[in-house]
Amino acid sequence: MRNLWVFISKYNNFFLFILFFSISFAFIIKNNSFQRASTFNSSNILVGSIYQQIDDFTQYLNLKQTNKYLSEENAYLRSQLKTSKYNKLIEQDSVLDSLGQTQYTYIVSRVISNSIHQKNNYLTINRGSEEGIEKGMGVISSHGIVGIVLNVSTHFATIQSLLHADTRVSASLANSNAFGSLVWGTENYDSRKAILKDIPNHVKVKPGEEVVTSGYSLFPPGIAIGKVVKTGKSGDSFLDIEIRLNNDFNSLQYVYVINDKFAKEKQQLEKDTIANNE
Amino acid sequence: MSRILIINIVRFLVLITMQVFLFKNMGYYNLATPYPYVLFLLMLPLGLPKWLLFSISFLTGLTVDAFYDTLGVNAAACVAFAALRTTFISITVQLDNHETFATPSISEMSFRWFFIYSTVLVFSHHFVLALLEAFTFSSFHYTLIRIVLSCIFTVLLILLFSLMFYQKNRR
Repeated sequence: MRNLWVFISKYNNFFLFILFFSISFAFIIKNNSFQRASTFNSSNILVGSIYQQIDDFTQYLNLKQTNKYLSEENAYLRSQLKTSKYNKLIEQDSVLDSLGQTQYTYIVSRVISNSIHQKNNYLTINRGSEEGIEKGMGVISSHGIVGIVLNVSTHFATIQSLLHADTRVSASLANSNAFGSLVWGTENYDSRKAILKDIPNHVKVKPGEEVVTSGYSLFPPGIAIGKVVKTGKSGDSFLDIEIRLNNDFNSLQYVYVINDKFAKEKQQLEKDTIANNE
Repeated sequence: MSRILIINIVRFLVLITMQVFLFKNMGYYNLATPYPYVLFLLMLPLGLPKWLLFSISFLTGLTVDAFYDTLGVNAAACVAFAALRTTFISITVQLDNHETFATPSISEMSFRWFFIYSTVLVFSHHFVLALLEAFTFSSFHYTLIRIVLSCIFTVLLILLFSLMFYQKNRR
């Protein structure tokens, strides 16, 4: 027994290294097993409130850009008003409006921490469970998709950005309706570009064509994501299409969290269907 | 003795703050990301007990991880860093008893020693960090480019910082 102690104290450098390294390694493994990051992330109250403080200072620097985006969006919304459209129908009274009920509602929130230079990027926003945010909701900005809600605390939430190796979003080409999945991070590390995979070979794709959400995942259909830059062949029957994103992740300020009224019902139904078939 | 303690605490606070609020947002795409907070670990006193050195490194790594949302990655890198640091110092420096609290800096040692010391240790830190972050050996060439470029970036920043506080010296 005594010899063992002598041995350990003689090589204490090595044993300390093994001890601490394995603790860190355990942390990493626990953290990687999807969505289990619990206390030590930026939706933590302490870290979150520090970020909030810093953001209060830095938001002034971006005011000009933010104003520009807001006014662009105002212009777009204004064009959607009923008063700015003319009506071809003569008998207006007989038209039955069946579009009265909304499926999606939006919660506006500020980005208080953001990163684009990491291999897996995350954002933190200043809304949490108190404002009705839940795990797994989709997040968009005025220029396109931002990501998916990963963790929620009472007043903050972290978002797994589109710039994350695990994020996959169902997207389709605006002209042909062929759909595939949008990924980032495989052979592509530019925060302004993403790749659309699994589009069949026979589909004709032109550079400059618009790419929109397909509506199969968390996002409402028809949100513009970006434009096709170039196409390349990946396997025998599928194309890899490079896309320039509309969103500038570097200057994100305000985002909208999507609350899909039917999300739970849809997921439950899909789960039951799979369970029944097995 | 207490002066050294205070200096180290201040250095810790300043470097961590700069790391998470300034250097986190800097980078060349994501090929080169600087981690100059390791300067704090580089400049811990020479004769620090090993268990204390390892604990400090581990906690520093965890603090940075909390802000980067990468629990354990920086901690592991810092522990690897500490292990190599003790080895490097025991090979290159002859410690006298009264010198145990000396700080390894440019003014105490020489520029050449400090340059090699920081390059070797920063490389080990970035090597472990990038590998754990990627968590795979495929596309290893990309990881390697990332390590080397980040390493150059960090070492330049570290030399810049330590030359800023260079004092003409006692030795």
